[in-house]
Amino acid sequence: MTTLKINGATKSVDVPADTPLLWVIREHLRMTGTKFGCGKGLCGACTVHIDGVATRSCVTPVEAAEGVEITTIEGLDPNGQHPVQKAWIAEQAPQCGYCQSGQIMTAAAFLAENRNPSEDDIVNAMTGNLCRCMAYTRIKKAVARAAADMA
Amino acid sequence: MAKKIGKPKNRGRRRFLIGGALVAGAGLVVGWRYLTPGESGTPEELMNPAANEAALNGWVKIAWDGTVTVAVPRSEMGQGVQTALPMILAEELDADWAKVTFADAEIDTIYTNEVMLPEGFPFGPHDDSFMARQARSMGAWLSTLIGVQATGGSTSVRAAWGPMRQAGAAAKAMLLAAAAERLNVPVGELTARDSVITHAGSGRTLDYGDVAEDAARQSPPESPALKSPSDYRIIGTPRPRLDIPAKVDGSAVFGMDVRLEGMLYAAVKHPPVVGARVERFDPAQVARMPGVHRIMAVPGGVAVIADAPWRAWRALDALDVAWDMSEAAELSDADIFADFETALAEDGFGYQDDGDAAATLETAGEVIEATYRAPFLAHAPMEPINCTALRQDDKLEIWAPTQGPMVSQWVAAGEADLPEEDVTVHVTYLGGGFGRRAEPDFIRQAVKLANAVPGRPVKLIWSREEDIRQDTYRPAGLSHFRAALDADGYPTAWLNKVVGPSVSGQATLRYMSFMSDAGPDRTTVDGAAWLPYAVPNVRVEHVLSRVPMRIGFWRSVGHSHNAFFSESFIDELAHKASKDPYAYRRHLMRDKPRYVAVLDAAANAARWDSPPPQGRARGIALHESFGAIVAQVAEVSIEDGQPRVHRVVCAVDCGTVINPDTLVAQMESGIVYGLSATLWGQINFDKGRVVQSNFPDYEVVRMDTMPEIETVIVASGEAPGGAGEPGTPPIAPAVTNALFRLTGRRVRDLPLSKEDWTGSV
Repeated sequence: MTTLKINGATKSVDVPADTPLLWVIREHLRMTGTKFGCGKGLCGACTVHIDGVATRSCVTPVEAAEGVEITTIEGLDPNGQHPVQKAWIAEQAPQCGYCQSGQIMTAAAFLAENRNPSEDDIVNAMTGNLCRCMAYTRIKKAVARAAADMA
Repeated sequence: MAKKIGKPKNRGRRRFLIGGALVAGAGLVVGWRYLTPGESGTPEELMNPAANEAALNGWVKIAWDGTVTVAVPRSEMGQGVQTALPMILAEELDADWAKVTFADAEIDTIYTNEVMLPEGFPFGPHDDSFMARQARSMGAWLSTLIGVQATGGSTSVRAAWGPMRQAGAAAKAMLLAAAAERLNVPVGELTARDSVITHAGSGRTLDYGDVAEDAARQSPPESPALKSPSDYRIIGTPRPRLDIPAKVDGSAVFGMDVRLEGMLYAAVKHPPVVGARVERFDPAQVARMPGVHRIMAVPGGVAVIADAPWRAWRALDALDVAWDMSEAAELSDADIFADFETALAEDGFGYQDDGDAAATLETAGEVIEATYRAPFLAHAPMEPINCTALRQDDKLEIWAPTQGPMVSQWVAAGEADLPEEDVTVHVTYLGGGFGRRAEPDFIRQAVKLANAVPGRPVKLIWSREEDIRQDTYRPAGLSHFRAALDADGYPTAWLNKVVGPSVSGQATLRYMSFMSDAGPDRTTVDGAAWLPYAVPNVRVEHVLSRVPMRIGFWRSVGHSHNAFFSESFIDELAHKASKDPYAYRRHLMRDKPRYVAVLDAAANAARWDSPPPQGRARGIALHESFGAIVAQVAEVSIEDGQPRVHRVVCAVDCGTVINPDTLVAQMESGIVYGLSATLWGQINFDKGRVVQSNFPDYEVVRMDTMPEIETVIVASGEAPGGAGEPGTPPIAPAVTNALFRLTGRRVRDLPLSKEDWTGSV
């Protein structure tokens, strides 16, 4: 049994130690906001926070996540009202929406560390997250808006 | 959340047509109708009103608290259709937008997409001849007969524009009639605005919710009056999308997120070489691996069903499969292009023949010639391919992110050997479509798997590698041009021969193997024929050169490569004539004010006449597709030996705009989808094997390579055109035309990463 601390709760799962955290979150813990996109840590759709750090859950074995604080999109804010989420709505960032949980988690972790980012800082932080709807213009604006709101 | 596509309720039954005539306008034809009470497929059957709701027709119901629910019969894949379509109806209803929501529509012929099918006919978009009009109206009729319920071809708004305005206006008339009875005043003394009906004489008011129940008992008007566009209060205003809140908190349900009790998971492995087939495998080899339920052949490959996705993948990885290579096509890119070159000598099917291009070229002093090429491309939507299916006795249910619920239903019924009415299709949110999700291949596989484990739902998930390597690719193509210029440098003859496979033909064979793939396919010359430039002698033809790999509908289809070819070649002619490429195009379109306005808007916003920043150059392109005219100016430089696109200015006239905020988003999306392909996009074949496999070798634009984009909406007031695709075609030529001005190198093949640009400036 592996014990996970996720979104403030403690959950035990019976899976092999090398099972990717992504699939444990999605299929065992039934939180499907975290997405499967490439399975190789290349696109960022599976991004969660591990002790506050944006982490690719598709290449993180569940054993590596034991005992640390995991946060998913469902746990970012109890009411879905994190400043990043509000900024995403204000800028109408999503199109198909599939990559957006990962984008939001990356942005939220980044802004927790950098409260006054430059445009270059935002681009550097967000470049690992792919969006095939190519909604980058609005994603960038939304990160900047969230930074301003959090300042 | 999920659209429920179940038993066709009224196929073959009598329908009441309010507007039997086909409405022609701006090069498109919309057939429209809506159901009225007393007829089959009642509003109640279609809208499923709760006890506190009344359905006024098959498109809208209103609750006692005033909530207006609008049926949306198209798949939401990011294009904002769940907002734009309700906006159309709410406008004519004069509803309070704050009270408007959407519901996924049932399947019914009133929701037929009558625009999509006729778009494939071999007539130009502006061909107003008797033949063309007859063919379009036949196509619309045939669409209804088949019950085409599909999302693609930038048709959602175009197909909804007639029926949803009518439905809104009819519902409003019924509400007013009910209010007139209630207040005992003539209906002419009532006005409606923001869901409130007012009797000016007495100052009395009623909310829509107050009279909805009575309104549903009113007879619908024969031909409700539609608003003048000058009275629009919702259409044309930016409205936040109704689907977005669920897309920022993780609650939106995509196909990948479907969860059913007792669900199993399946992974699939396809042959490594095009045309190879499964010869044998030994299920016993992996049957004892943890969680494995079944190892079996499925259409196109071998699948493992397990109790968890990673267990299915691990078993599949461990399974040795012998492939039958007897029909394998071990072609490489060079072989395919060699076939295209050979086919160039053949006569093609002529789609456009104005004057006599061949004779004019024969007598011309100088002929300008060029040959262009474009590679295969993958769609690579963010959500990998998936489908969930459940077989229970003589019923089948599928949950799929699909653009084509009707085709899915046919294919599923065939695979399950069930009548269509026993197959229910639930359409989830789509994590991108771009044409890939019009294909039913993955649905067929999921049904085969579900049949093998009756009573247990099975979710089939493709890996990203399978997605890239088993796509229905945008086909490679070759295009040869010959042109002659007059003394002023303007073309007197334009002969364009396009060589390549037929996407529609191959898709037809895939869905209906008894059909032929050899008929005309307008998509082969979309973007090559019917250009806006005034040239007296034009011939555009297509030579069919089949390929064994699967090809499909990729965002903007034929326009995606033909616009690169034709908008590059017109640039070549401008250069030959020593004229400015913007002024050259403008001169050739001088009698077409809509096109000139778009071109001017892009050039002005891009400050075409001012010098670009040091080390940069600008290129321009204009292209019409899916009922929209788009011009783009790209500003490029060379950085680290590779082209860098800094800025794109886009002007668009897609007629009446429903939600301008969504239009801007769709232009940005279309531009950068095309830019990704321009810079890096290619699927290569090496002896029948796909070289690329995942995002490191199928690279796309990321935030650090994203250009600044400015979109200018040119208002023409024409009937609505498309928005999802028209942004894509012009970007490749805008960029390559800019590179020509920067470096003097004419790009005649893509992607740009094929070449080393070091020292080119």
